[in-house]
Amino acid sequence: MDPNNIIVLAIIATSVATFISRFFGALTSEKVSVKSKTFQWFNCVAYSTLAALLGRMIVFPAGVLADSELIIRLIVLITCVVIFIISKKNLVLPTLFSAIFLSVLMHL
Amino acid sequence: MINSKIFLQGLKSNLGTRSPTVSLAACFIALGALLKDAGFNLQQSAASSFFTYALPGQLVMAESLLIGTSLINIFIAVWLVNFRLYPMTVSLFPLLKHKSQPKWKYYLSSHFLAVSSWLVAKEGYQKIDKKYRIDFWIGIGIGTWSTAVIMTIIGYLLSEYLNKDMMIGLAIVNPVYFFCMMIGAMKNISISIAVVGGTILGPIVYLFSAEWAILYAGLIAGTIAFLFGDKNGSK
Repeated sequence: MDPNNIIVLAIIATSVATFISRFFGALTSEKVSVKSKTFQWFNCVAYSTLAALLGRMIVFPAGVLADSELIIRLIVLITCVVIFIISKKNLVLPTLFSAIFLSVLMHL
Repeated sequence: MINSKIFLQGLKSNLGTRSPTVSLAACFIALGALLKDAGFNLQQSAASSFFTYALPGQLVMAESLLIGTSLINIFIAVWLVNFRLYPMTVSLFPLLKHKSQPKWKYYLSSHFLAVSSWLVAKEGYQKIDKKYRIDFWIGIGIGTWSTAVIMTIIGYLLSEYLNKDMMIGLAIVNPVYFFCMMIGAMKNISISIAVVGGTILGPIVYLFSAEWAILYAGLIAGTIAFLFGDKNGSK
């Protein structure tokens, strides 16, 4: 098959696979009350699933980040979380600092 | 149809010191460059962010294409990595519900559901009148979604000027930003257990089942957090 067609089909497959979760989430939401235990459970699972993805991204990253060492990624993450806390929860500062700090540490 | 004042309020949530825009820009610039390496043209790269708009799934797609994975395997791998969007939608949309609002707004705007928009909406929805919360959400979503598409195009065009060190620097911004936002969201015991548990279990379960790790770790840590919060009266 033409590589261009494969790319287009891959974009369609990826978009459909992603929208399924969003759309069924919207459908399920119609039946879920904010005060219900079901909602509380979904809320906990949403945060933990997201945390699991982030934990995996730091410890077992995909793509170029895999070329940096785990200990360096952990040092950057912990330092940036400390900056976030002491800067009264400013999010721009730690995110900008993370890119610069990682580049510096990789060249030491 | 849409309350423009509330819509703009949502759009403006993407600015300021708590903004996800810097992080989004960094990771989608990196994605644009990566898609060019994977053989995508400019239109295909923009279309990927326009129609998918979920970074981990787009990364899986690009890497799968590079190693020649079949389309059905790409579909399953993307579905598994983006399945988190299901509980995220169910934990947000009931907060935005109002009987006067048409259903199509909810169905169409579910496309804007991503980590950044979800966290911004979770933080800001309480300040908005229940009737117009969906318009607030659409404002947030249009802002983050259009940022993602534009930055993918910029990343694609800049790819020749981005060396490996710069790409690694851009790639760390995303997890750092989201970790900080999640720590900011740990306002009760059950959310705190969910975040800490998920962070620890994610990489551990990955050692046993790479594809199912996020789903299993999320379900286990989330259920433990819920049961603990339920027993201790946490809301």
